Amino acid sequence: MTVNILNNILNISNLTVTPKNAPNRFLVKDVSLQLHAGKTTCIVGESGSGKSLTALTIMRLLSKQLQSNGTVIFQGNDISTLDNKALQKIRGAQIGMIFQEPMTSLNPVLTVGYQIGESLTAHLGLKGSALKLRIESLLQQVGIPIERANSYPDELSGGQRQRVMIAMSIACEPLLLIADEPTTALDVTVQAQILQLLDDLKTRMNMAMLFITHDFGVVADIADDVIVMFRGEIVETGTKKEVLTKPKHPYTKALLACVPDAEGKKQLKPIDYAWLNESSLKSAA
Amino acid sequence: MMDTQNQDTILSANHLVKTYSQAAGRFGFGSAQVKALDDVSIALKAGTTLAVVGESGSGKSTLARCLLQLHPFDSGEVIFAGQNLALLNKEALRSARKNLQMVFQDPFASLNPRMRVGEIVGEGLLIHGLGSKAEQKEKVLQMLLRVGLTADDAFKYPHQFSGGQRQRIGIARALVLQPKVVVCDEPVSALDVSVQAQILLLLKELQQEMALSYVFISHDLRVVRHIADEIVVMNKGKIVEFGKVIDVYNAPQQAYTQQLLSAIPGRKAA
Repeated sequence: MTVNILNNILNISNLTVTPKNAPNRFLVKDVSLQLHAGKTTCIVGESGSGKSLTALTIMRLLSKQLQSNGTVIFQGNDISTLDNKALQKIRGAQIGMIFQEPMTSLNPVLTVGYQIGESLTAHLGLKGSALKLRIESLLQQVGIPIERANSYPDELSGGQRQRVMIAMSIACEPLLLIADEPTTALDVTVQAQILQLLDDLKTRMNMAMLFITHDFGVVADIADDVIVMFRGEIVETGTKKEVLTKPKHPYTKALLACVPDAEGKKQLKPIDYAWLNESSLKSAA
Repeated sequence: MMDTQNQDTILSANHLVKTYSQAAGRFGFGSAQVKALDDVSIALKAGTTLAVVGESGSGKSTLARCLLQLHPFDSGEVIFAGQNLALLNKEALRSARKNLQMVFQDPFASLNPRMRVGEIVGEGLLIHGLGSKAEQKEKVLQMLLRVGLTADDAFKYPHQFSGGQRQRIGIARALVLQPKVVVCDEPVSALDVSVQAQILLLLKELQQEMALSYVFISHDLRVVRHIADEIVVMNKGKIVEFGKVIDVYNAPQQAYTQQLLSAIPGRKAA
């Protein structure tokens, strides 16, 4: 991974997440990563690998039963120690977030225009016609007709809802956008459109994007850098090309061998966990 | 890839039409007719896998349910081994269903949480009165072992298993009756890729051993490429393209199919 000090947006060092009542059970263990402006970093892993917990820790959205250790430096400040008030100024303003299920993240009794406007009023103090103009411009940027501002979430399709979520998350022009499986619930053709949209926005706004996914196909489409997580730990990091074409860690190799390809050339090979444990022990020794 | 020429058709659907009434308008007081299946015909050749692909709302799951007579349909017919299933009485349909089994998408919702795995897998044998109690027990045990579970697992409850193991239980339940046709409705879409690969390989092995024919419903074109011999592409209740998997993937004829194939993630970079 290329480290450019100037473009460094977020720096996580030695992040650990454990249940409060079982401090020796590591859900995330010793995770360190850097995110850079204008770059998309994908965290890829299977369920339980700790990829979502890592993202939630950045936003300090962990469940109360969990505790985290380590430092999260955003723009030079350690946000893992900020009080709630200071944190509120960063959340939704300098760091935006998109979740997997757009319907559960949107309030069903408020129009989408109102919901997009909320963070603009809260963080930037926009009101009246200035607010309306900004909402319309955001809807345009994510490809939704502006008259949709008066629609309720249930009147939109899944893809449109996710576009609304994206409009909300970029409303205050964040430096960092965290996207947790944003296309997993969508049809492939809609997924392709949303990925394209996120990539365009990232480039245009020079955002750092942290993109959580379980799908190597999506990684191939959107990532600059890739982090592979397994059982709470980072097992491999590198550029997209390095990780996808020359994986080093046995787990990355095994995981890639499970992914069916559209050409049907590949023989699928399930992961042999017993062998994996042995060989990772060897490589660690 | 199997040669699909000159093979007997084991299951076919002819001109299926299924219309739903859907609540429409604000507060759902109006109603609209939605054609979930609009003149759909398919033919499954014995020993092969026919994939039905499409996006949400394309009608693929409705088709799966109509094939097994789990949904009534407006018109058309489903022919299995020469019999029109819609014309069978309850008794005859039940005995035909022994040969027509289903594996569901959600291994959490499709297993009764209050039954032990042995009972779940053995229930079909019990209902169809196949063999003595001892024989049934033996069949259940063999089936559990075959799908990669253990003898002890028969005494456990579904919640004690992971998603992949539950899907193995669902497969054991479907296959213990030695059916001819298995309709798999998105059997691997709720699973991690590593587990998905295991289940796909298991389904392929079992197909060879037990001479099964699969109807494989999926939205994942990468999975379909690996498991299917023939493919039907559905959009808005209609079949838009049909053919051998190799042909359709290499040279899709319809614009919609081309669009679907080009949307497969990771294709651009590869």
